[in-house]
Amino acid sequence: MNVVEWLPFSVLVPLIAAPVCALLPGRTAPWLLAWLSALVSLLIMAIALPLLWQGQVSYPFGNWPPPIGIEYRVDAANGLVALLVAAVAGFVLPWARIINNFEVPERQGIFYALFLLSFAGLMGITLTGDAFNVFVFLEISALSTYALIAHGQDRRALLASFRYLIIGTVGATFLLIGIGFLYMMTGTLNMADLAERLPEVRDTSTVRASLAFILVGLGLKLALFPLHLWLPNAYTFAPNFITTFLAATATKVALYVMLRFVFTVFGYDYSFVALPLTGLLLTLAIAGMFAGSWVAMFQQNLKRMLAYSSVAQVGYMVLGIALATSAGLTAGMLHLFNHALMKGALFMALGTLFWRVGSVRLDDLAGIGREMPWTMTAFALAGLSLIGVPLTAGFVSKWYLIVAAMEAGQAWLVILIVITSLMAIYYVWRVIEAAWFSAAPETRTPVSEAPLSLLIPLYVVVAANFWFGIDTRLSVGGAEAAARALLGGSP
Amino acid sequence: MAWLGHFNYWIVVILMMIGFYAVIARGNMVKKIMGLNLFQTSVFIMFISAGKIIGGSTPVLREGVTVYSNPLPHVLILTAIVVGVATTATGLALAVRIREAYGTIEDDELVDPANQRPGETRLDGHAGKGDTPR
Repeated sequence: MNVVEWLPFSVLVPLIAAPVCALLPGRTAPWLLAWLSALVSLLIMAIALPLLWQGQVSYPFGNWPPPIGIEYRVDAANGLVALLVAAVAGFVLPWARIINNFEVPERQGIFYALFLLSFAGLMGITLTGDAFNVFVFLEISALSTYALIAHGQDRRALLASFRYLIIGTVGATFLLIGIGFLYMMTGTLNMADLAERLPEVRDTSTVRASLAFILVGLGLKLALFPLHLWLPNAYTFAPNFITTFLAATATKVALYVMLRFVFTVFGYDYSFVALPLTGLLLTLAIAGMFAGSWVAMFQQNLKRMLAYSSVAQVGYMVLGIALATSAGLTAGMLHLFNHALMKGALFMALGTLFWRVGSVRLDDLAGIGREMPWTMTAFALAGLSLIGVPLTAGFVSKWYLIVAAMEAGQAWLVILIVITSLMAIYYVWRVIEAAWFSAAPETRTPVSEAPLSLLIPLYVVVAANFWFGIDTRLSVGGAEAAARALLGGSP
Repeated sequence: MAWLGHFNYWIVVILMMIGFYAVIARGNMVKKIMGLNLFQTSVFIMFISAGKIIGGSTPVLREGVTVYSNPLPHVLILTAIVVGVATTATGLALAVRIREAYGTIEDDELVDPANQRPGETRLDGHAGKGDTPR
């Protein structure tokens, strides 16, 4: 059996499992179904990825040959992102069962159904080779994400969700306008076909407007500074499992779509040579790195702190991409991969703390390092990766980023990367200091360490941060193959 | 009279701006959703206008008709309308829940300090200061 025939199932399995999940009673059955679906997707992508490194594959739906039919076109770039999304779902769900029993005690069938829809949407965005299909899957995942964020216990989760809905819908509609302009000029929606037909009409204001609309629409989705305002509230008030999943996947998938449009559909020559996209993205990336890190340094709520840190980390990824060199693109894709690992581990550690303490505020967590040493050690280790200490995944991606900046002759960028890393040291250190060197507040009743059923999944993700800091065959190899695929032409 | 030839597109731009203004400027959540609907509808009109060919018939295969309108944008917009309906439903459901939790759906009253519980910070623009201690 050819693995290409199986690729659509990595989207279809969660999509079909979702309504089944909504009907399942109790707590264990929906969770088990969600986990099994995620594992099926993960297995398919893991088997397919080595094949994708050799070249792209295409699966036409209903055997309608593209560009008439919709196809899934998968290469090293979206294969890596899809593997990442499936892996995050597969490794976070074992941890999430106890957490969700605490935070979302009722109607878990619906909750996991929404999660599966969101997951299927993200996989669909990643794998599809059709521009309009991207919009549809984007809205599938976004709508279920709004509902998931609203599941947060705090009533402010509702406000955060509503604001995300408004901003997210405006962003998706902008993308739709951009795709509409492209369709008007070329008469096709297939990305590979678009890439072929666009050069003839590229010097029209319609195509320029289309690129602008698509960039702004996706910028809203991927929380590119200054379009990031929805993100901190959404991450802070969503249930911890959802925060972990979104932080590790949603912005990455949006970033991948931006890469696909900028590099494949519009092409390097148009985006970076004919138009000054490097300057624009570089400015926004640097502003995001500083603004995100700066605001993160003063947050009391640790989830909000990590959310602002995510804005800064998106800046690193866009920085690599803005250089528009092979090395820069590799660094951007590599950081996309590694950031999912670090933020996944950090938010899992915070979720575990919340499960015991009932708060993620810094003053409530003072002295927690003595009561929950293993959980806090996990947080500290993942924090090292976020800072970029050698032997961690964060070091590898920052190293590649610095090398890419030097190669591009932009040595001043190295100083900025180092400064923002120092800011990361400060905001991670604040947590460590409070956890180990402060006295516990008297208002808090002493808590005990989390059980192994939470610690083992947490440490698996923490270990991944160190694994990919030492053995970089998958991460760097995958990112290099992805950069080649993106710079090499059609999707 | 060239501008009249682009009548549909003028309508698109005007509707889009009205909708966008309502989303930004109105404090009432239901009005925000109405603005969002207008905004989306303007894009639907844009797609459908692009599919129209002057003198073109409906795209049904029959004798004596050689010029058809392009049916693809209509099909795309059918999907987009479904997405729009789902967005509206989700938004309205959230507005109901917000009304239950806060007793209001007016932005001004939602961020009013008098309407906050102890320890809650406002969502707007004060994120940099950090949450106030309990």
